[in-house]
Amino acid sequence: MSIKVLMPALSPTMDKGNLKRWLKSEGDNIKPGDVLAEIETDKATMEVEAVDEGVLAKILVPGGTDDVQVNREIALIAEAGEDPKALAAEMAAQSAGAVSKVEPAVVASALHGVGAPAKAAPAQPVASSGESGARIFASPLARRLAKQSGIDLTKIEGSGPHGRIVERDLRGAPRASQRSQPQAAPVQPALSDAAIKRYFAPDSFVEIPHDMMRRTIARRLVEAVNTIPHFYLSVDCELDALLKLRGEINAAAPKAKNGTPAYKISVNDMIIKALAMALVCVPKANVTFTESALLQHRHADVSVAVALPDGLITPVVRQADVLPLSAISNAMKDFAARAKERRLKPEEYEGGVSAVSNLGMFGIKQFAAVINPPQSSILAIGTGEERAVVKNGALVAAQVMSATMSFDHRAIDGATGAELLASFKRAIENPLTLLGV
Amino acid sequence: MAEPYDVLIIGGGPGGYVAAIRAAQLGLKTAVVEREHLGGICLNWGCIPTKALLRSAEIYHYLRHASDYGLVIDGKIAIDPRALTMRSRKISAQLNSGVGFLLKKNKVDVIWGEATIVRPGEVAVTKPNKAPMEPQNPIPKGTLGEGSYRAKNIIIATGARPRVVPGLEPDGRLIWTYFEAMLPDEIPKSLIVVGSGAIGVEFASFYKSVGADVALVELLPRILPAEDAEIAAHAHKRFEKQGIKVLAGAKVTKVEKAENGVAAIAESEQGSRTLEAERLISAIGVIGNVENLGLEGLGVETDQGIIATDSHGRTNVEGIFAIGDVAGPPMLAHKAEHEGVICVEAIAGLDPHPLGRAMIPSCTYCNPQIASVGLTEAAARAAGREIKVGRFPFIGNGKAIALGEPDGLTKTIFDAKTGQLLGAHMIGAEVTELIQGFVTAMNCETTEAELMDTIFPHPTLSETMHESVLDAFGRAIHV
Repeated sequence: MSIKVLMPALSPTMDKGNLKRWLKSEGDNIKPGDVLAEIETDKATMEVEAVDEGVLAKILVPGGTDDVQVNREIALIAEAGEDPKALAAEMAAQSAGAVSKVEPAVVASALHGVGAPAKAAPAQPVASSGESGARIFASPLARRLAKQSGIDLTKIEGSGPHGRIVERDLRGAPRASQRSQPQAAPVQPALSDAAIKRYFAPDSFVEIPHDMMRRTIARRLVEAVNTIPHFYLSVDCELDALLKLRGEINAAAPKAKNGTPAYKISVNDMIIKALAMALVCVPKANVTFTESALLQHRHADVSVAVALPDGLITPVVRQADVLPLSAISNAMKDFAARAKERRLKPEEYEGGVSAVSNLGMFGIKQFAAVINPPQSSILAIGTGEERAVVKNGALVAAQVMSATMSFDHRAIDGATGAELLASFKRAIENPLTLLGV
Repeated sequence: MAEPYDVLIIGGGPGGYVAAIRAAQLGLKTAVVEREHLGGICLNWGCIPTKALLRSAEIYHYLRHASDYGLVIDGKIAIDPRALTMRSRKISAQLNSGVGFLLKKNKVDVIWGEATIVRPGEVAVTKPNKAPMEPQNPIPKGTLGEGSYRAKNIIIATGARPRVVPGLEPDGRLIWTYFEAMLPDEIPKSLIVVGSGAIGVEFASFYKSVGADVALVELLPRILPAEDAEIAAHAHKRFEKQGIKVLAGAKVTKVEKAENGVAAIAESEQGSRTLEAERLISAIGVIGNVENLGLEGLGVETDQGIIATDSHGRTNVEGIFAIGDVAGPPMLAHKAEHEGVICVEAIAGLDPHPLGRAMIPSCTYCNPQIASVGLTEAAARAAGREIKVGRFPFIGNGKAIALGEPDGLTKTIFDAKTGQLLGAHMIGAEVTELIQGFVTAMNCETTEAELMDTIFPHPTLSETMHESVLDAFGRAIHV
């Protein structure tokens, strides 16, 4: 029997991905563990590894194909004793017969979650509401149910004949409508691509098509700004004690034979730890907002924005409140290195309760960041600089950084936010607490 | 070795041959293995020949009641059992050869014999190990014979056969199944029918119409257990009025055979009573034909004569599918046909429509006819639905009165909140031809509003459907 290579699902929510390129060619011998191809999801590039031994008989989906459905056959491996050529020929003759189908309804609902607005429109020919007044094909029952439960049919993809919306498409819709509320506004771009381009001379720009990451950033941040009522609190933190402690900790790091220290804690690592501890100290701020409840977390998963040459990604330091600084530091180094190669796994950058975004290295004094759903806050860190401060009536020099935190007001009230930020400031200015009590 | 088939179907009944034709339409190389008769039970020993018999009974009934219609028949009206069954067999033969023609036209190979799945991808065909039911329609010309056949996909569509329980073993003489009941040499003077599902009540109705003394025995507390209770009660009353002895909640515990008759002991809460009759028909259900297919060796999952499948007919073994009766109830030809089409389309990589299980209609051709689709009132309530129920009696319908068929009822069940049509249940003249109006409506997901707005032609029996919908919302005109 030949072995079918299927498009892998790299995360539970992934329903399609881009097949970036094949690293093996038809006719190549394959050993278990060999990297066959690279798959690009919204945020990462992943490798598809061979599990079985054989010969790559036929590539069914060429490299560079976008939006390949999960579980679709992408290649065929001939096992020992099989003639790869015959297999390839048979496969060609068989047409698309064996392609495993994903339930259309599932695809339909998931479609709302992926893809940039511009791309989503052609994918939903039925309910596409691009032009106002476009006819929606829906069964009478579906129309009535939608009306009764306040579901917007333009947001529903039909699975009936010719894409008609039928009753079953609305079954998940109470959930879908909750999710689609946030998406309601952003689906419509303010201006069409062509209208925007008209403002610029045709040869005055280079057009860089969106990759999956750019689309995801666009979609998620529009969703965040449209659905999360942000408010902002700022605080100045003195860093002298923290910088001194950092120097001592790093100086004490055990060294390997080649002289490499076991860890080198950065200021940012200490900020992650301080935020995590503050979140655990102020449980009311250590929450995630859902439509029906606040999820109050026992630990603090803190994500950290990592800038990439063409985007950004936010790996999550899980349970940063209990991790020692050295572990946070080493995790961040690993994340940063793999993020640059786009090798992070989805479970490494999804979730989190709060986030740190640090632009201090660029000399930015102060800024406010956009919350990354499902998180409920994000801490924007400015540069640490020597400033004149007044202490006991005298002007003295101190290392100071400004921190501005954005909160989701649905989940966190002003006083709670202030309490969190005060707790954070206390941890930064009394850094021994970061070493664990 | 010959090129393997894309699809090989075991069984040429309504599920199998329809699947084969659909496969051929999709350009798949297709074969059907059949051991006895193209068209299966439905066309040879079920749906079709019984409809032929019932038609004769119906005409006989009208002739005997000619005076009701202002007609005088001067002379004897009698039944010729031989001619009556011959007509039934002729109709069956005509359709049987029609299936052969359709398969040939679609270039589907017909392989004659008994199929065993050797392994996924390979089927061995041997001589039929079951003697055919006589009279057997002629085996079509140009069929392939015994041998080994390869197929990428194998669909099991072997159907079902009468269920046998101890004490009621059919003997072909005194204790009949539907096979013998379809070929009476003469009309028995008296008859016991055990089982009041569709098959049971149809034969009870037929034999009553042609003059037999009929007792209908049902184990469950009421006859027609699958139908809406109100419809079943209506039927019960009508049957009794016609002179059928109806015993519900009674179990046949013993059958004693005599020279030309049986004595059956029926026990119920009211006590034990002995029923005597010349013949007994056992119509206590059917079971799937899962034997001798090699399923055990392949590890294909079966449960009490039914092959476990997913919504596209896939079994737990790759490359092996099952459709129709053998894949589980409701054991109806039209359900088998749809499953066959869905299965083949999935094999071809299309995205077939899901089988609307809740919308499979059911028709029983007793007198009066019964037809239904969707939830019964009890089932809808049990499902926790808040419902509105509409009823319209045939006595309020002009056409029914003109036909001399004023006895009937059309009942509709709607979800009170959404107006979704949940079920429709009809009893009366020609309702088997009417029900599809409701089936279409359900499939299109109409609410009461569209049905109310639909113009039903006057004068027709279909107006009872409109009125029933109106009645559910307190708006019926003619009651």
